[in-house]
Parts: sequence; structure tokens; C-alpha cells
Amino acid sequence: MDLTIPEKSITAFIGPSGCGKSTLLRTLNRMNDTIPGVLIEGEVVIQDRNIYDGQTEVEFLRKRVGMVFQQPNPFPKTIYDNVAYGPRLHGVTKKSELDGIVEKSLRSASLWNEVKDVLKKSAWSLSGGQQQRLCIARALAVEPDILLMDESTSALDPISTTKIEELTRELKKSYTIVMVTHNMHQAARISDRTVFFLNGEVVESADTEQLFRAPRDQRTEDYISGRFG
Amino acid sequence: MNMTQTRPAADAIAKDGRGKFPKHKLEELRGRGYVMFCVLLLIVIIFSIVYFIASRGLTPFASQGVSVGEMLGGLKWAPEADTPRFGALPFLFGSFATSLLAAVIAAPLGICAAIFMTEMMPKVGKNILQPAIELLAGVPSVVYGFVGLSVIVPFLRDVFPGQGVGILAGGIVLSVMILPTITTVATDALRSLPAGLKEGSYALGATRWQTISRLVIPTTLPSLMTGVVLGIARAFGEALAVQMVIGNAPHIPHSLTQSAATLTSIITLSMGNTTSGSLHNNALWSLALILLIMTFLFVFVVRLLERRVKHA
Repeated sequence: MDLTIPEKSITAFIGPSGCGKSTLLRTLNRMNDTIPGVLIEGEVVIQDRNIYDGQTEVEFLRKRVGMVFQQPNPFPKTIYDNVAYGPRLHGVTKKSELDGIVEKSLRSASLWNEVKDVLKKSAWSLSGGQQQRLCIARALAVEPDILLMDESTSALDPISTTKIEELTRELKKSYTIVMVTHNMHQAARISDRTVFFLNGEVVESADTEQLFRAPRDQRTEDYISGRFG
Repeated sequence: MNMTQTRPAADAIAKDGRGKFPKHKLEELRGRGYVMFCVLLLIVIIFSIVYFIASRGLTPFASQGVSVGEMLGGLKWAPEADTPRFGALPFLFGSFATSLLAAVIAAPLGICAAIFMTEMMPKVGKNILQPAIELLAGVPSVVYGFVGLSVIVPFLRDVFPGQGVGILAGGIVLSVMILPTITTVATDALRSLPAGLKEGSYALGATRWQTISRLVIPTTLPSLMTGVVLGIARAFGEALAVQMVIGNAPHIPHSLTQSAATLTSIITLSMGNTTSGSLHNNALWSLALILLIMTFLFVFVVRLLERRVKHA
């Protein structure tokens, strides 16, 4: 497959279960490296650099390519420490600097107003939707260029989902967002480009509007009109 | 139509219920009877043991003129002297010193072994290290004592001044004995950590060691401590192996390689030489009571830690 992802926009990967969209997403920050026995071929070039060239440090790559998972996975620490976790990993120790990063990240994730008085409370006391926005804030705190979202709303209720979608639309002004979604309506609602996968192959990659209104491939049309998947 | 079809069946059930005592109810009662009997027996046994130890152990204080203060704070243990003295502080000290030393040695080893088995090389850990450590749990304590007496004690005698026996030898032997407890509890704790948490850390650019030290260990700390406390409790109660290497001198030692004694070692050593009901014999029961109370305390601490795990 050959795929170009434009920056500062939302690209959605859609397709039936097991078609390889999550796996592809996880090659973009090399999360697949941790799975024993995984074989990776080909190149992923981010800003003129192949991240599989054997010289790219995976920790540095992941600092620039953040990820939000399907299940909200805040650490069993305070809200503050969750957001400060990343910056601390990368050497930020000054309290005032950390405070600034925490506030800025929580504001970007539109969570600040809800948690600013309870920053010292456990992150596990938040609701599922708040936890997921906390995970987004945590990812933003290390100042990535790219944000990967792996079905990040599929474990959430409709209201939380809407909030995250609004947030995503806001975030694309400053970040390149790649999202995997099971929900093609979501892709249609918020993404700029949509890529349709089937059995590990890219069937069609186009501007979202065009892909949903006038798909070029018959299989794409079958999928988006609900004939399978 | 449906109604008419089900009526005969309903009638049959009603008739059966009105009939003589049904078989399944009898089975139910019999099963419940067995379980209740076993539980009652268990409760009776536990309470009899506690009652027996307490009644014997409290006699010296109640009717034989020994004060609790002397027992817990006295330095001289001379039960057969003309004016018998029952200061058990040296034994308390010995028990605590050997158990804590054992924990200090075994905790880092056990926790590192658990990290190795869960985070670094799960295959080697599961196939080689874990069976090896489980094997340690099955070795009889007399064998540990014997090995300690013929390997560790001579080694310590060559390296440090003194006879080689003492708290250091006891602590080393005990540390090997409690290693399986600490390792097993720690391994279970690390394995039960949700995989998503570690992924979250890696996704932020953390290295494996950063993930272990900043996320895995802090998150599982209460569980890890549970393992250590269980280990200390086991070390506290161990008698035979300690008795073989500690030297059994009833005083607080000035160094780790000087003879000492523990609550357990003094009980096993002296009990054969006393007659039931004598002051000396009852004083040993008092030591046993102290051991029992300590065990309760350890169980209490473990419960406390477990509660913290749930609330994390």
C-alpha cells in the first residue's frame, strides 16, 4: 500500500474488523515493536525521515507521534501527575514549567474547567469520557506533531463521543490527526480524508466528502451503504 | 391455546411440591450440613488453639508473679535461677532483627526476579526461573538450617570476627526461605497490571526502565509490600533453620555475627526440658502468645495493604 497523510487535518481509517487499520496505525508510532514476532517491511516517512531506518529512536518518535487508545487508560495517579508524566519522562522537572504544561494541555483537551480544582484527585475518579480527554491531554503534554486515535470513542457514551469529536475538530488546527474508527458516520462527520481498508489493503483513499458521496470503487460503495461489515 | 398446553405441566409441579419430602431438598440439606460442620469444626479448632495458648501464656502474669513489663522489656532470661527472671526482650529483638534482615535481603531479589519474569523475559522466567524459585519453597527447613550451618556459618566465621553464628547467618538463611513468597506475590501483582497502562506509558515515549520505575512499581507497590510482609511473617515464625545457625544465647548481641536467639528458637530449645504447669513452661507459652499476637499484627497489616490496592 502507498498512502500519504496530509498534515494539520484529520485522516480517518475505516473498514471492517480485522482489516489491518489498527495495525497500520500502530506502525506509525512503532507500537507494534513491542509485540513479539512481528515482521515489519516497507517505509514510514514522517517529515522526510523513514522511522524504520534503524536510526530513529523509538522514544523520540513516540514523543512526536502521540497516541490515544480505545479504552481510556489513565495511570492510577493524580490528574496532575497523569498529564505531567510525559514531560517528566523527557526531562522537565521545574514545578512552574510543569504547572504551565498541565494547564495548557488540559485546556487543549477542554478538560481544564472540569478538573482545575481537583488536580490532586485520582484520575480514576473521573468519568469515562473525562478519562479519555485526560488521556488526550496527557498525549498533548509532550507536544507531539501527530496524534493517533485508535477507536478512541468506541468505549464512550454518545455525549462523551460528541465532546471528543468537537475536540478533535479543534485540535486539527495544530496537530495532524490520524484516527481509526469503526463508526463510518464518525469518519463522515469529522474527517477531512478517509481511507477505506479491506483485508489489509487500501481500497480507496480520498477526500471524505468525495469518498462518501461518490466512491470510485464498488467495494467502498457496498461498505458505506451498509451491505457488509 | 398456550394456556391449555402448559396446564398439565404446572399441575404436575404443584402435585410434586405437595407430595412427600422431595429428593433435591434432602440433597440440599445434606450438602449444607457437610459444609457447616466443617466450618464449625474449623472455628472450634482455631478458637481452642488461641484459647489454649492464651490461658497458658497469661498464667505467669496472672498468678505466678511475672510482670508484663519484665517480659517485654527485661534483658535477662534465667527461668531456672533461684530468683527466676523472664526478660524476653533479647528474643523479641532477635526475631525482629532476623526477619527484617531477611526481608531487606530478599525483597530486592524477589521483586527484581518478578520484574524479570513479567517485564523482561517472560519465557525464560516462566520456564526456568519460576520453577526454580518454587522449588525453594519446597525445601524442608531443616535442610536450609543444615546448609546454613555447614556453608554460611563457616564462611561468616572466616570473614567476620566471632563464631559465625548469629543474626546475620539467621537472616541470610531466612532470606532464601522467604524468597519464594515475595517473588510469587510480586509476580502475581505485576501480571495483574492492566496491559493498557504500560502501553500508555510507552506511547508517551517512555523507555522500558522508565515505565517500570515510574509506573509499574508505584502502581503495584501495596501488593509488593504485601509480599514482603507475608515474607516477614514467615520468617518470624520459622524455628528450626534459625535455631541451627543463630547460636542461641539469650542476650542482645553487639554485632550481627554474635550469638543471639529468637522467640521461636528459645521455645524449641527449652520446651523439652520443662514440666507442664511449671513457671518456666508457662513462660514459654507466654512467648508463644507473643508470636501469635505478632502473627495477628502481620495479617492485619496485609489486610490494610490489600485495601489500599483496591482503592488505588
